[in-house]
Amino acid sequence: MKLTVNGAVHELDIEPEMPLLWVLRDELNIKGPKFGCGIAMCGACTVHVDGEPVRSCSLAIGDVEGEVTTIDAIASDDTLHAVQEAWIKEQVPQCGYCQSGQIMSAVALLRDVPNPTDEDIDDAMSGNLCRCGTYPRIRAAIKSAAAMKVGA
Amino acid sequence: MSEQKTKPKRSRLRKIARRTFLIGTGAIAGGLAVGYYFYQREHPNPLLADLDDGEVSFNHYVTVAPDNTITIIVPRAEMGQGVSTTLAALVAEELDVGLHAINIEHGPASPAYLNQAMMIESAPFPTFDRSFSAEGMRGVMEVVSKYLALQVTSGSSATIDAFEKMRYAGAATREVLKQAAAEKFGVPQSTLATENATVTDPASGQSATYGELAASAVGKAPPADMELRGRSEWKLLGKAQPRTDIRKKVTGMPIFGVDVDLPEMLYATVKMNPRLGGTVNSIDAAEAEKMKGVVKVVPIESQTGNGFGVIANNSWRAFQAAEAVKADWGSAPYPADTDAITAKLKEALNGGEVSSLREAGDVTTTFADAPSDNLVEAEYQVPYLAHACMEPMNATAWFRDGKLDVWAPNQAPTILQDICASTAGIDGTDVAIHTTFLGGGFGRRGEVDFAIYATKLAMAADGKPIKVTWAREEDTTHDTYRPGAIGRYRAVLDDAGHPKALHATVAAPSIMASVLGRTYPSLPAGGPDKTIIEGAYDQPYEIEHYRIDAAKADLAIPVGFWRSVGNSFNPFMHESFLDEIAAKSGKDPLALRLELAKPWPTATGVLQKVADMAHWGEPIPDGRAQGVAFALSFGTWVAQIVQVKDEDGSIRIEKVWCAADPGEVLDPGIFKAQMMSGIVFGLSSAVGQEITFADGMVEQSNFHDYDAIRMNQCPDIEVEILENAAHMGGAGEPGTPPSIPALANAVFALTANRVRKLPLSNEVDFV
Ligand code: FES
Ligand code: FES
Repeated sequence: MKLTVNGAVHELDIEPEMPLLWVLRDELNIKGPKFGCGIAMCGACTVHVDGEPVRSCSLAIGDVEGEVTTIDAIASDDTLHAVQEAWIKEQVPQCGYCQSGQIMSAVALLRDVPNPTDEDIDDAMSGNLCRCGTYPRIRAAIKSAAAMKVGA
Repeated sequence: MSEQKTKPKRSRLRKIARRTFLIGTGAIAGGLAVGYYFYQREHPNPLLADLDDGEVSFNHYVTVAPDNTITIIVPRAEMGQGVSTTLAALVAEELDVGLHAINIEHGPASPAYLNQAMMIESAPFPTFDRSFSAEGMRGVMEVVSKYLALQVTSGSSATIDAFEKMRYAGAATREVLKQAAAEKFGVPQSTLATENATVTDPASGQSATYGELAASAVGKAPPADMELRGRSEWKLLGKAQPRTDIRKKVTGMPIFGVDVDLPEMLYATVKMNPRLGGTVNSIDAAEAEKMKGVVKVVPIESQTGNGFGVIANNSWRAFQAAEAVKADWGSAPYPADTDAITAKLKEALNGGEVSSLREAGDVTTTFADAPSDNLVEAEYQVPYLAHACMEPMNATAWFRDGKLDVWAPNQAPTILQDICASTAGIDGTDVAIHTTFLGGGFGRRGEVDFAIYATKLAMAADGKPIKVTWAREEDTTHDTYRPGAIGRYRAVLDDAGHPKALHATVAAPSIMASVLGRTYPSLPAGGPDKTIIEGAYDQPYEIEHYRIDAAKADLAIPVGFWRSVGNSFNPFMHESFLDEIAAKSGKDPLALRLELAKPWPTATGVLQKVADMAHWGEPIPDGRAQGVAFALSFGTWVAQIVQVKDEDGSIRIEKVWCAADPGEVLDPGIFKAQMMSGIVFGLSSAVGQEITFADGMVEQSNFHDYDAIRMNQCPDIEVEILENAAHMGGAGEPGTPPSIPALANAVFALTANRVRKLPLSNEVDFV
């Protein structure tokens, strides 16, 4: 089967029920998406399929229809994505383990809702767990990214 | 199937312990500068073994390459608490290099880094074990135990430990580079200046980079009377610095243990008896071994658990195959369900055998003489808790040619080195521990189980590297839990409603005995354990008759250090009880604390500060209420006020104010982030977390039934720092303890429901 990840096409001979996360991490060595729970409860594995955020731990590779984008490819060369810049500005991460997923969820949110309210942020981000409790800074970073007009 | 049999080697603990204690005494008794030299003499520089061409190292913390690449070693686990920024800044401040112009590395596991912080980590075991208090050690023990009040795991003590030592390392390096420059320029050293990794002579206009000077500076001795820069001269310290690890963490870089990638690497998982510590009756792996990508199933017997590992060519295939193995698990060495476990705690509580760490006045007589109208009594209970680090437990091991490499997100590299060596039956010098970034630690990664299993599987992997990742379910059900505990509190009030006597007995299993038992099973583990009552016996409150007793419960469920350890439950009990006293006597809860803490201005300072921040006592909008709590832990004095709001019958945690006094703060940005993190961690547990048992097994398995606060539940958090405390306190843990009682007290203020048993959501609803 064919899988397009971050613009590159991969030819894979793999059981269709393997979750996308493990294809990315263990077969393609794309390590941006992290493993947290395996049951779509934490968001650490969030990637985009055709721009939509999905939990890659719970999406079988056989069901992937579209192009996959991971955190590894949202920056272009040396220029970070505006959401990543906002994350740096607000010094969001602590351990950092959840942050790939947080950022991928935030990128999708800001594309759909350029000026999210607190409620929009709650709705889009509550599936992403952070055991280090960085939520207040994530909220601030989303607002600061919105102010930089990343959605426009 | 293949069977792993290894003969454990004799533990090195005794030797390590003796050495660390001696270092501790030298540094403490002899003054810090002496400590630096003592330390340098005692341990050869481990960096010398692994330098690049032309690169030189002046001490344990600094290397300089000819192209002026400066590397600073931060030999502490980065688990989010910012050590790789703050500790590097200690060296950089004296060395005059930019924090973002240098490399920061964890460095090798080496006894050279077994310094005071490591002493604090390794010392608790013998300290609480009377048989270890041998002749001649008592004096040392006294010094050690003073330090123990600060911390047991590395998080909250890392900065305290490094504060002098790493600044001296920076200063010493700078001075020898200046000596080399003085010779090269032919000028007196006193005219030289340093900046941006360069020595300049302003008078002659000559300059040379550290890289250009390094080779000729080797072997020079720094002056004996080297003085550290004063606070007023600091450029980096004392100010919020951008974290040095941040770019890696927003770009998804492979920095964690789960991200390790090696040539021809195999992937594995483990499944250990869910009746923790139980044996394995039988394993049938026939089906599993036929599954796609499965290499083999390997039985594991070890000091931390019994079960099996599955080696495959993909983690998910290993998970699937592990599910397909049919295992008949032996029974648990502890009561099978939560009720029976609670009964054991009660038995200890009522059993009468206690050790007291605070005894003032005459509690017995005061209670005997007290009129019953003046009594307040309450019983509190907290559940077992899992750490639930975001990154599941994992380790990668490679055993080849009699040598072992282990990559692991861990908090105790030298202990791992020791244990992995004995697991593999080789010498510690043949084991290299590579510490990755940690996706959360919270005390869990000071354990050794993940490394033991990886070592055993690596020995069955025919010389190939093997990455062992636990499924979340395995992680949740095989933790080293925060113990459950029950506390019985009673007080006698005088006629003005002031507590003149307070007596508490707290029953819990011993964390120290549990940790020591599984880490070094051959050593005896007895004696009193202060973690049972820490956060209760050591609080800055003055009460005429005051006694806090610890009752050790005999329960074999593995328990361990969970962010703030005993402080994670004792302040919940003690501070809830102070509120109950206030309610009985009609006093304001904050005023009562100010009264009791009067002899300690640092305590009243943070209480007053947080009251100002929250406008305590002033009218607030309808349907809202505030609760206050205080805790002194790990040397940091913290008061918090939680504001809750009634939202259609559910409680929203709307706002948290926090005033913290750790004495000197080296990075206020990172310190505040740590407080915030500790608060969310504490509130998460208070709201909804509990680990329960049935049939000897943990009932919770993943984030659907062991959740934490999420974005939509997270309060606004405001943190202010005071710097009045006389000694430097920690940052990683002290935010957690007061958050739990402050929330319980706020819930009481809002609902008049005094919840004495955690988690609160068993009795009240949260949004
Ligand atoms: S790993 Fe996919 S949601 Fe947790
Ligand atoms: S930063 Fe550690 S889990 Fe979110």
